Amino acid sequence: MVSETERFLLELKGLKTYFYTEDGIVTAVDGVSFNVKRGEILGLVGESGCGKSVTALSIMQLVSKPGRIVEGEIMFDSTNLRELSLEDIQKIRGNRISMIFQQPQSSLNPVITVGDQLAEVFEIHSGLGMEEIWNRSVELLRVVGIPDPEQKAHAYPHEMSGGQAQRVMIAMALAMRPELLIADEPTTALDVTIQAQIMDLIRELRNKMGTAVILITHDLGVVAEIADWVAVMYAGQIVEQASVTEIFEQPLHPYTLGLINSIPVLGEVRDRLEVIDGIVPNLIDLPPGCRFAPRCRARTEHDLSICLEKTPNLEPAQKDHTVRCWLFHDSDGHTISRTHGVGTLTNSEKA
Amino acid sequence: MTSNQTNKSHKDLVRVQDLVKHFPVRAGVFKRIVAWVQAVDGVSFTIREGETLGLVGESGCGKSTVGRTILHLLEPTSGTVEFDGVNIFDLQKKEMKPLRRDMQIIFQDPYASLNPRRPISDSIMAGLNIHKIGTPDERVDRVMDTLHKVGLEDYYAHRYPHEFSGGQRQRIGIARAIALRPKFIVCDEPVSALDVSIQSQVLNLLQDLQEEFGLTYLFIAHNLSVVEHISDRVAVMYLGKIVELAPRQELFNNPLHPYTQALMSAIPIPKPNLNRKRLILEGEVPSPLNPPEGCRFHPRCPAVMAQCSVEEPKLLEDRPDHWVACFR
Repeated sequence: MVSETERFLLELKGLKTYFYTEDGIVTAVDGVSFNVKRGEILGLVGESGCGKSVTALSIMQLVSKPGRIVEGEIMFDSTNLRELSLEDIQKIRGNRISMIFQQPQSSLNPVITVGDQLAEVFEIHSGLGMEEIWNRSVELLRVVGIPDPEQKAHAYPHEMSGGQAQRVMIAMALAMRPELLIADEPTTALDVTIQAQIMDLIRELRNKMGTAVILITHDLGVVAEIADWVAVMYAGQIVEQASVTEIFEQPLHPYTLGLINSIPVLGEVRDRLEVIDGIVPNLIDLPPGCRFAPRCRARTEHDLSICLEKTPNLEPAQKDHTVRCWLFHDSDGHTISRTHGVGTLTNSEKA
Repeated sequence: MTSNQTNKSHKDLVRVQDLVKHFPVRAGVFKRIVAWVQAVDGVSFTIREGETLGLVGESGCGKSTVGRTILHLLEPTSGTVEFDGVNIFDLQKKEMKPLRRDMQIIFQDPYASLNPRRPISDSIMAGLNIHKIGTPDERVDRVMDTLHKVGLEDYYAHRYPHEFSGGQRQRIGIARAIALRPKFIVCDEPVSALDVSIQSQVLNLLQDLQEEFGLTYLFIAHNLSVVEHISDRVAVMYLGKIVELAPRQELFNNPLHPYTQALMSAIPIPKPNLNRKRLILEGEVPSPLNPPEGCRFHPRCPAVMAQCSVEEPKLLEDRPDHWVACFR
């Protein structure tokens, strides 16, 4: 671990991104804060609609109407991205910060060859000549593991498989050797054997180029294998944040624990899976209190009434481990030591 | 699983023999057949009464085609499927109809498989009407009863599919399938479109229903962890062939086929600091239009031998109940 005094590459402070729809205000991202160090992989985990993708788009300043960033700071290398002009942000986008998406096929332009699309990145961000650009593009395709890159550079996106298209996306994202790569569910649309190849590629690039990565995913397995640090999101807020080992070995928030216990694990025979009852709340009409309270079994077992009245803050429960839950804090912000709190709870459930 | 084991008999409910399904590729002005997609190419297996047989493989391996062909939703190219001792491909459409009561399917995308212009009770009742089960009043009772079985309340019956969440829609898809009280259900990727916390709810529901109604499942999915969790036996498919078939515990403890081994090692396991030997396959699945000669896995196989590119290995019983198609 690097010392805390070291400057973070990205510091997100109290980000709020709302969507102003006909039905009301959707609080898609509601006060999200996290930090990313250089060369670190942060796993941002959550289910659909929890705001993880909107968080990513907010960092890139790509939120479109009716959405708007209403509050918060996005400090990238000590510059607040929210205060930059469009021109300045475009110099950063695709250059110092780049992003890859879930559907590679639909993120690529279908009528331009992949080589030309890759070359465009260099044309915008570098002063290189055409021949040099083409050579670099082909070289990049080779780096990301496209077989026969000289030929494939002339191919159109539809002539590639999903795995190859994702490799092209990664090549484009890495063209300018960004300091931060945001990968939004990069392998969700791919088969497992291809997913393993892409994950390997991302890990290798981090190790070689020192790129920091924000990996957005719903797959806890992927997070466990690749991330250093994990932030778990639920209904627009981060509910728990810790190192990857801590999250899986000592999850504190009942939602995190529920998620971990609800997935079947290869090689572990369980009679039944644990379930999280109910469904995610509608982000328009949120009841007061903790957003997870209506589905939370720990709340009823510990008979906590505060959960339905007041929203807990994300506060440290242990060293380098923050959690947004009244089980671990009182209303004055004092930590309640409950090292075995949630742990015992599951044991009794299993019994 | 222990409770499940009790109602398992040794009777085979479904017996699939040398099933082949090729799809024509047409081109040109006269739409002539220019090639064949060999989606399923000689697949044999049995499903025992009361068990769950998992069918796992990557996209395009033919697993869904197997599911649809054994329900005779697709016309097979060749081969036989016996259901309860009757070869269903010999039957005329009319003779097939009573059998359809016993064989149902649950799809991956419940939204696309429900009529958007009809309240869900209509979709669930459709089968009851077609098969003229009971009086109209009894059918309404059956629909309500079925809704309760899948964990939905009465008042949902008159709502339309768009009013439900993904997990609820899949419950409706399941209700539609069990309304006729079938013996056998093909579950085609029933939880792949669902969020993790909802996925476990649906998997548990499928297990409960199996116990209550003594159902037999063919559970098709690409996620080996899910398949392993719910199945009694697991078949692994690659490019239109079954490469390995074994009881789940045996398959996990002792995977014999190099493809099964690679598939297992590619699955991310939610345990950090787990030092696993990774076996990352090179390349991608070849096109089923023009599958490789010999063993279809040989171009990607880390343990390939000279024989593999010439001759096709047969699916043989290597040890009791553990079948594998590999020369090693």
